[in-house]
Amino acid sequence: MKLDVPSDLRVVGDAVELVASHLPPGTLSPRRISFNLRTALAEALGNAIRYGTGEDPRRIVRVLVELGRDVVRIYVVDDGAGFDPGGTPDPTSPENLEREFGRGLFVIRHLVDDVAFNEKGNGICLTLRAG
Amino acid sequence: MRFTLKKDKSGVVVVGVEGQLIVGNRQELKQKVLDALEEGSRKFVIDFSKTGYIDSSGLGVLVSLSKKIREQGGELRLAGLNADLQTLFELTKLDTLFAITRTAEEALAAF
Repeated sequence: MKLDVPSDLRVVGDAVELVASHLPPGTLSPRRISFNLRTALAEALGNAIRYGTGEDPRRIVRVLVELGRDVVRIYVVDDGAGFDPGGTPDPTSPENLEREFGRGLFVIRHLVDDVAFNEKGNGICLTLRAG
Repeated sequence: MRFTLKKDKSGVVVVGVEGQLIVGNRQELKQKVLDALEEGSRKFVIDFSKTGYIDSSGLGVLVSLSKKIREQGGELRLAGLNADLQTLFELTKLDTLFAITRTAEEALAAF
């Protein structure tokens, strides 16, 4: 499944629903689709649109969904400059707890089984396994 | 996805979140609550019993609203989190920032 998502934060919810509703039954448990996949994909799309494409309506974010036996891989790629995923502070430390931003990657890492980035840092792969 | 605001007889504003609270709709929630704060309301309950998922932008707006409400001498309580959402609050340690109750009725009774 391939999806080109306009760089508009208002469409994130619809894009997430489109992907989630097109997963074949039994690929992941309904609970993992309804919460883990939806939340992690919304994070990845939101980050790509906000930071990768700067909410420029002329640009798009590409989503590719690969289905394997007992595994779903979702690639979210923007055409931005990329970022260093290792450079994000711990949002649970006391000095960061009341900050409005900075939890996205932390949340993704806790909701999926594996997170990988491309070399440039403008593409993320979310891996969710059955079970 | 929609937000509903109702004021109970003691003046507490109960905000219902149907669907999801994410990057695409968080500003709408923020503005509705800030409008109620501007109009004089000081006690708020956000009811997540009909909420499927919340992303980090949604969490962030709750943190921001809580601060603004506290600055005005008010209080924001959260209610109705399902097991997954409760886990999300715990792993981000935001459960330590908010008063969280099982139901909106319990939150109202605690004011």
